[in-house]
Amino acid sequence: MIVLLGLLVGVIAGLLVEPTIPLWMQPYLPIAVVAALDAVFGGLRAWFDGIFSDRVFVVSFVSNALIAALIVFLGDQLGVGGALSTGVVVVFGIRIFANVAAIRRHLFKA
Amino acid sequence: MNKVVRAVLHPRVSRSKILAAILCAGLGFALVVQVRVHARGENLESARPSDLVLILDNVTEESHRLTDELRELEATRQRLTFGSDRSRAALEETTKLARTLGILAGTVPAQGPGIELSITDPGSRLTANALLNALQELRDAGAEVVQINDVRVVASTHFLDDGPGRIRIDDRPTSSPYVFIAIGDPATLASALQIPGGVFSNLRDAGASGDLEQRQMVRIDAVVPGPAVPRLPAAPQ
Repeated sequence: MIVLLGLLVGVIAGLLVEPTIPLWMQPYLPIAVVAALDAVFGGLRAWFDGIFSDRVFVVSFVSNALIAALIVFLGDQLGVGGALSTGVVVVFGIRIFANVAAIRRHLFKA
Repeated sequence: MNKVVRAVLHPRVSRSKILAAILCAGLGFALVVQVRVHARGENLESARPSDLVLILDNVTEESHRLTDELRELEATRQRLTFGSDRSRAALEETTKLARTLGILAGTVPAQGPGIELSITDPGSRLTANALLNALQELRDAGAEVVQINDVRVVASTHFLDDGPGRIRIDDRPTSSPYVFIAIGDPATLASALQIPGGVFSNLRDAGASGDLEQRQMVRIDAVVPGPAVPRLPAAPQ
């Protein structure tokens, strides 16, 4: 519950403040956001499964976002940044779908 | 479902829960910021170098073109405003404009490099459509002035089927051979007519044949019967 509240606070803060993203961060932020979304859905699924652990959630959230950004950074250095960003988005997209499917089964038993 | 309701009604607070909440706040924040930045169209900053080069090229080209246009217009203005022979310059400019408009409207004859295309239709199977296609192809290839047989082609020219082998162009009956005279770059016009699946192959399909000649100088004498062109006054001495 508190976690959801945090999400809401973040969204409202983003709407109220209009920050400019630092230039070096711009290619990585969207990827990190997608990775963090995956962590959130994964956490939600674990919570429904009754195996949710705050510690695991925090660690997976941070490491997902960091590694995703790192992969894209590495890709940019290697000259295949665009392709790697697409790859990361595809992988996390599939994971989000799988997690949401599990959550759906818990919620609607279908 | 019960689990959700319970969690909403009885939240349990612990330190790592709060940490998770803070992370989620960060996620929400980043999500909204990213969406807004993207919506503002500021993604130029995150575009990749190769895309940027392309965009830059386009912008540079555009700016060159505009600079040229600006210089031309400034020169014209200079002549009109500060020239010692101000009225003569104005008259010259107007005469030039009148001539350009006359050529566009088809009220004055014109000459220049161009092509002569003569279409013979022994089977009388060509329709108004075929002639219109040929004309549009010429226009697309940059033909500035076109005449078909003795009819000057202008914006309002129309083609009408009038029985086999007869086509009315601007209400004047014409028949094979149809002779197109067009002013424009001869090579461009010729290649436009000869592209595969283009005018020539369509003509062949209809059993007609086209004869193309590129010329350094063609004359177009046909004019549109229109209102009398007022004579421009002679330049004041």
